[in-house]
Amino acid sequence: MDWVFRNSGLVLELTGQHIVFSLVPVLIGLVLAVPLGWLANRTALGRSLTLNVAGFLYTLPSLALFVFLPPIIGTRILDPLNVIVALSVYVLALLVRTVADALDAVPETVVNSATAMGFRPGWRFLTVELPMAVPVILAGLRVAAVSSISLVTVGSVIGFGGLGKMFTEGFQREIPQQTISGIVLVLLLAVVVDGLLLLAGRTLTPWDRSARSRRTAGRAV
Amino acid sequence: MIEFRGVTKRFPDGTVAVHELDLVAEQGRITVFVGPSGCGKTTSVRMINRMIEPTSGELRVDGRDVLAGDPADLRRGIGYVIQQAGLFPHRTIVDNIATVPVLLGRGRREGRSRAMELMETVGLDPSMARRYPNQLSGGQQQRVGVARALAADPPVLLMDEPFSAVDPVVRENLQDELLRLQSELGKTIVFVTHDIDEAIKLGDKVAVFRVGGTLAQYDEPGVLLSRPVDEFVDTFVGRDRGYRGLGFLSSDTIPIGELPTVGLGDPVPEQGWHAVLDGERRPLGWIDGGHRPGGATVSEGDVVPGGSLYPVGSGSLRGALDAALSSPSGRGVAVDADGRVAGSISADDVLTALPDARRHDPAA
Ligand SMILES: Nc1ncnc2c1ncn2[C@@H]1O[C@H](COP(=O)(O)OP(=O)(O)OP(=O)(O)O)[C@@H](O)[C@H]1O
Ligand SMILES: [Mg+2]
Repeated sequence: MDWVFRNSGLVLELTGQHIVFSLVPVLIGLVLAVPLGWLANRTALGRSLTLNVAGFLYTLPSLALFVFLPPIIGTRILDPLNVIVALSVYVLALLVRTVADALDAVPETVVNSATAMGFRPGWRFLTVELPMAVPVILAGLRVAAVSSISLVTVGSVIGFGGLGKMFTEGFQREIPQQTISGIVLVLLLAVVVDGLLLLAGRTLTPWDRSARSRRTAGRAV
Repeated sequence: MIEFRGVTKRFPDGTVAVHELDLVAEQGRITVFVGPSGCGKTTSVRMINRMIEPTSGELRVDGRDVLAGDPADLRRGIGYVIQQAGLFPHRTIVDNIATVPVLLGRGRREGRSRAMELMETVGLDPSMARRYPNQLSGGQQQRVGVARALAADPPVLLMDEPFSAVDPVVRENLQDELLRLQSELGKTIVFVTHDIDEAIKLGDKVAVFRVGGTLAQYDEPGVLLSRPVDEFVDTFVGRDRGYRGLGFLSSDTIPIGELPTVGLGDPVPEQGWHAVLDGERRPLGWIDGGHRPGGATVSEGDVVPGGSLYPVGSGSLRGALDAALSSPSGRGVAVDADGRVAGSISADDVLTALPDARRHDPAA
């Protein structure tokens, strides 16, 4: 811990970088996943197409993506944009499936009764289907955010910023405290972000809490 | 008024769910669609709010062709209640009910105050307003469903098996309240059920469907019971239809006979059944004088519970007969509008009055 305080300037900078590199892609991925997930659910073909492409992207090794992306999108090799784009693709691949499944799980009776009351499709999506999909989407978002935070450290290996830099530098300079502090900080960041998302979810979906307690109460009987 | 003119629905897979349906659901009345499973009741109802589009024929709601204009606009003017209520689990009760007023742009505040009014109308405690649907019982959810359908005061209400998922006691309750509501609101209601008793209780007119989506009979419930057009309807209407049909015959011509009575605290009569009355001349039950129970005076412990009461002037032959049959003395107790004893009736009187009642009732 001592090491952290002595180098607080560097630590803060790296933490800031890490947050930007990992969470901006989560945001981008989410924003793209919602319309794509909706589109995927429109037709059976759309669904299998979207899910297969997403599945393929998700299996690409992140390191490879960091290396091969620059020539494809025309950036320089150590441009931070590479990390952002690569991770956005990951998050998107992960979330598109979650969003599609979450929307698919919205009970048809509810969607139908919304239609029968005179909701037009767009408004119905925004005010009925999407809100009802929030609990499932949020669970996916937590996985995506934590994965993204850990994947940013991979980027550090090939020279991008972020807390992963503390591992590599700690090794090279043989300062174990630096390596260990790096690991602890990444874990801490993951736990905090996960906790915040959980909290946000609870606040956004008070109705789901009552459903949950009812489900568990039902099970206990 | 809802008019079906030669309406047919053929699904893409070739199933003909509704075939050449001609039917008019009258303004301000409850029209019940009843029939076996798969006979096209739901399909017919869902064509009214254009959730399903007819393949051919013409369907008009209050003179307007349902296929003309925007479906969302059409639907906002038609209340819709379904079996599982279809409430929004993520919205509070009050916001569920306010849905259509808000959709119509009347503002959340106004929608909510209207919703609170309606909760009272359908018999929901206002303290439930901030709850979520899964915190309500099935019967309560169904009430919310009805309130939600009524929120924008639509002239037309479609109800597809709204009470099938609740237990019989709650169901009966909901049926009674629907009738009470309807007597105040006078909506044009199309009500789907596969329960003939429910159809007969609620319907001003009942449409019996056959599988294949054709209309077997469309009549007032009394006619359905007394004159089913064919064996299918006869079988569908079920057992005891003769007895149930008495429910639609007026009992005004039944003579009200004498009723031997005795008050609490009076000496026990020498012999025969006497109705025991309270200080207001309201019936408490019966005492059998010949059987000579405990003490010398009539005490509450001696009272034998009575049967159903027959309200003079507002009853049916069925009610009169039941009053007689359910009474331990064999004579039914007739009461006036205030619940005071008016006299007695016997099963024989009911049967004697039957031919006359049939002659006077155009339906039968
Ligand atoms: N989307 C559809 N595609 C094909 N066939 C359908 C479709 N919807 C309904 N059907 C068929 O149309 C017929 C009528 O169905 P409908 O739901 O109207 O019956 P119902 O009278 O409401 O029955 P129930 O009492 O079981 O609710 C059935 O044979 C049903 O299988
Ligand atoms: Mg049905």
